[in-house]
Amino acid sequence: MADRINLVMKLNGEERSVNVHPFARLLDVLREDLRLTGTKEGCGEGECGACTIFLNGQVVNSCLVPAVQAQGAEVITVEGLARGGELSPIQAAFVAHNGAQCGFCTPGMLVAATDLLNRCPNPTEDEIRDGLAGNLCRCTGYSKILDAVQTAAADGASR
Amino acid sequence: MRGYLSDCDIRVPGSLTEALAMLSGEPGVWTPFAGGTDLMVVYNAGRLKATRFLDLSGLAELRGIQEEGACLAFGSLATFSDIRDHRAVHQHFPNLVKSARATGALAIQNRGTLGGNIVNASPAADTPPSLLAYGAELELVSSRGRRRVAYDHFHLGYKQMDLAADELVARILVPKPEGRSFHYFRKVGTRQAQAIAKVCLAAHVRIVDGNLAELRIGLGSVAPAPVRARNAEAALLGKSLTDLPVLAARAALLADMSPIDDIRASAHYRSVVTQNVLGHMLRELANV
Repeated sequence: MADRINLVMKLNGEERSVNVHPFARLLDVLREDLRLTGTKEGCGEGECGACTIFLNGQVVNSCLVPAVQAQGAEVITVEGLARGGELSPIQAAFVAHNGAQCGFCTPGMLVAATDLLNRCPNPTEDEIRDGLAGNLCRCTGYSKILDAVQTAAADGASR
Repeated sequence: MRGYLSDCDIRVPGSLTEALAMLSGEPGVWTPFAGGTDLMVVYNAGRLKATRFLDLSGLAELRGIQEEGACLAFGSLATFSDIRDHRAVHQHFPNLVKSARATGALAIQNRGTLGGNIVNASPAADTPPSLLAYGAELELVSSRGRRRVAYDHFHLGYKQMDLAADELVARILVPKPEGRSFHYFRKVGTRQAQAIAKVCLAAHVRIVDGNLAELRIGLGSVAPAPVRARNAEAALLGKSLTDLPVLAARAALLADMSPIDDIRASAHYRSVVTQNVLGHMLRELANV
């Protein structure tokens, strides 16, 4: 039986602290303790990407991260992508291209696409497919998602 | 059904010395934990027997990729992303870059570690065939000191390793190829990302005067542990690029494998496809 820890994170730009079991999944801490339910649980085994978040600037599957490993970390979830009530360019492109069908994969897709464009502002189609390879869409709406990422990249390049 | 959280404990040692003292103080009690990309999957499925974990992820002593004489030394916490982004790895070990890229997808590559891939000891892991092909050596550390083990002698059977309960893999040392080299890596899975290998083959050949002066072939998913294809190697060693004994090597390869039927592929499929992959490798080799 482990002692609970006071987990302190910079979460979506704000310092937050929460008392949790050190082996609790970061996914559950975000959804259950911090009520940030944008991050979804799909497979629970790091395969579907629905729980994708940024941990210290890198995309990770939050279902595979024990809380203790997020101690002192910077965490960004899908709720942290919009700024001042304005959708981020990739979010706006998903809306414009109907990049969400049932919407369950969308938070993970948005985080992975944001990471891709951060690393690679002008990706080829192959690079987009590679960047989103860890995110599954059961509606199989991949072509509209590709369109959205390409549009966001083109808009970013033209600005 | 997931594992029962209240049963679990995870401790964060402040230094490697402290971690090793915990491992030697209570041998077999603490399970080393790094990126969690294997252990958390088993935990989430409710099949993880271990409940007490030692979080190694903050130990700077186990990080980094550095040139060390004739070798590149990988800290056991080097992630797949560290490997795929490192200039010297691209320069010397293209198979390792391909292995790292073939493991899961980016979110897994950002967390999973080379040391974890080795000690998880899955026969289907993607980096071990490349490490076998490059003649890697492991440096193990415990409170008793350090020792080295050739990687091709490390796996002793299914999930059995030459690793004591108080030992950790500290570093993976891989000798940099010299002279004219041929590198080959092929993973066969259901898709390029997120697939577990049905078959994996990595090879490194040193070519001198048009002959195969040195070669190692590593296989994944066709035996209880990652294995070298010693029989196929013996059939090819010393032979000329212009007259490779393809059929003899394919036949010899059968003695290197002991594949099983499972959910990913049948034993027959694995045998035939591994032979075909070897044939493909030899056609590429003949054209270098």
